[in-house]
Amino acid sequence: MSTLTREETESLIQEVLEVYPEKAKKDRAKHLAINDQSIEQSKKCITSNRKSLPGVMTIRGCAYAGSRGVVWGPVKDMIHISHGPVGCGQYSRAGRRNYYVGTTGVNTFAEMNFTSDFQEKDIVFGGDKKLAKIMNEIESLFPLHKGITVQSECPIGLIGDDIEAVSKKAAKELNKVVVPVRCEGFRGVSQSLGHHIANDAVRDWVLSNRDGQHFESTPYDVTIIGDYNIGGDAWASRIFLEEMGLRVIAQWSGDGTIAEMENTPKAKLNLLHCYRSMNYISRHMEEKYGIPWMEYNFFGPTKIEESLRRIAAFFDDSIKEGAERVIAKYKPMMEAVIAKYKPRLQGKRVMLYIGGLRPRHVIGAYEDLGMEVVGTGYEFGHNDDYDRTIKEMGNATLLYDDVTGFELEEFVKRIKPDLVGSGIKEKYIYQKMGIPFRQMHSWDYSGPYHGFDGFAIFARDMDMTLNNPCWGKQTPPWKAVKPAEEVKAAA
Amino acid sequence: MANIMIRKNDAGGLVFYLPKRDLEDNIASIEFDTPAKWGGELKLASGGTYYIEPQEAPARLPVSVRAKRVDAPE
Repeated sequence: MSTLTREETESLIQEVLEVYPEKAKKDRAKHLAINDQSIEQSKKCITSNRKSLPGVMTIRGCAYAGSRGVVWGPVKDMIHISHGPVGCGQYSRAGRRNYYVGTTGVNTFAEMNFTSDFQEKDIVFGGDKKLAKIMNEIESLFPLHKGITVQSECPIGLIGDDIEAVSKKAAKELNKVVVPVRCEGFRGVSQSLGHHIANDAVRDWVLSNRDGQHFESTPYDVTIIGDYNIGGDAWASRIFLEEMGLRVIAQWSGDGTIAEMENTPKAKLNLLHCYRSMNYISRHMEEKYGIPWMEYNFFGPTKIEESLRRIAAFFDDSIKEGAERVIAKYKPMMEAVIAKYKPRLQGKRVMLYIGGLRPRHVIGAYEDLGMEVVGTGYEFGHNDDYDRTIKEMGNATLLYDDVTGFELEEFVKRIKPDLVGSGIKEKYIYQKMGIPFRQMHSWDYSGPYHGFDGFAIFARDMDMTLNNPCWGKQTPPWKAVKPAEEVKAAA
Repeated sequence: MANIMIRKNDAGGLVFYLPKRDLEDNIASIEFDTPAKWGGELKLASGGTYYIEPQEAPARLPVSVRAKRVDAPE
């Protein structure tokens, strides 16, 4: 099926909306749009960051997921207490594959689950005493930890525990950083507010800890902000930043440490990958410490080259040379990857529905492989995300915000993309529909996808999924219509 | 009244950012732009208008200030 025209897309949206009751229809209509590159401001065509409708299937998370799971979770040498009932922490434990170096349980703790396991009596009498006790236990059981964060679950906000007071007291006693984070799940409409709250906690409790202290700096200090090292992404980015002559002094927060976070204000430039989850802290550092920040995109060689040149523009000629050297070094490698996979993937159409930065960032990587993204959407994006997306997407393609299970299914049925990239909750629906699917939250247990090395893996994975022989075997043999000659031969 | 942040973009123009609404927009014009008096009405590229109390120009951007919404399509 060829690409839809603007009118066809419009009628597709109307058709899908038809099943909703009047009020729901009106609400959902605002979240579905047809891309128009001439629009400067996304709010003219799409509404985002609003509460999901009751009764529809949404795949959003909560503020706790945004703080504990995304921003704080990967900080490896801190212990993150899921303060509240046991489930929130246990069922989200180690699901995001934030890789790190260290011995888990000795000096790193990112894969472990620490919880205060609230019982009825804690709800009735308050959990502050329990929290204080937990912190002492942590200190005696895991003496090599570098700090503690308290990640509140819903009940904490409801019963009004004073986790700040407990944290301040514990910080003094343990002489370590203790950060209370008010990321109760009921706050906000999605995990997005959790990111913001976590950023504010970093700002209030961590960032200024080493102000005025001496730091051996170089003119080439940069930080990687908003790269969670999923499947090793941050490492794949870091190696060629270092190759071009920069010094990466901090990784936020994949494979990151509290010391790196505290040293971040000493950087010369903040490199921001996930705009959605970490722009708040970058903006704060720009204002308070005068550190410029810049968004970069390390998906696919075209975007990488563009980003490297823009990064180099902040520095002197030696870095600019370094950037060109790195680009030249990897060019033949990338050309080989494209030569191998492009013929196999050319012209294939992709629909995406992911969170954070990927709905717009991976478009370039698909285009490098000759593929086309025909629909994209954010789980929890805001207006500024869509502002940035409109320019990346082709005209008359679909944009959907916080799309419901039903809508996405209908869109896919009608548009019939060759590949769907979304999360684990969607994966098996589409695979059973016979449509190749990649899980784009944690790269389907593959990765890294960032950087030059990542692109080779990305291309291989897309090829592996799209050209898998299983898609031709959707009809069981006894239902397949046999060609006439074969039937004759059998008779 | 809302807290806003004003910063410079790569092209050297002023950018308006309203964290509460994740509204980011270029500032088309600023009423007063001298070292002694800075601020007044901000006209955004989208057509909205915000007002900040005229003040001494900030030593460096970005700067967070309180702004009043005069007329903005929301």
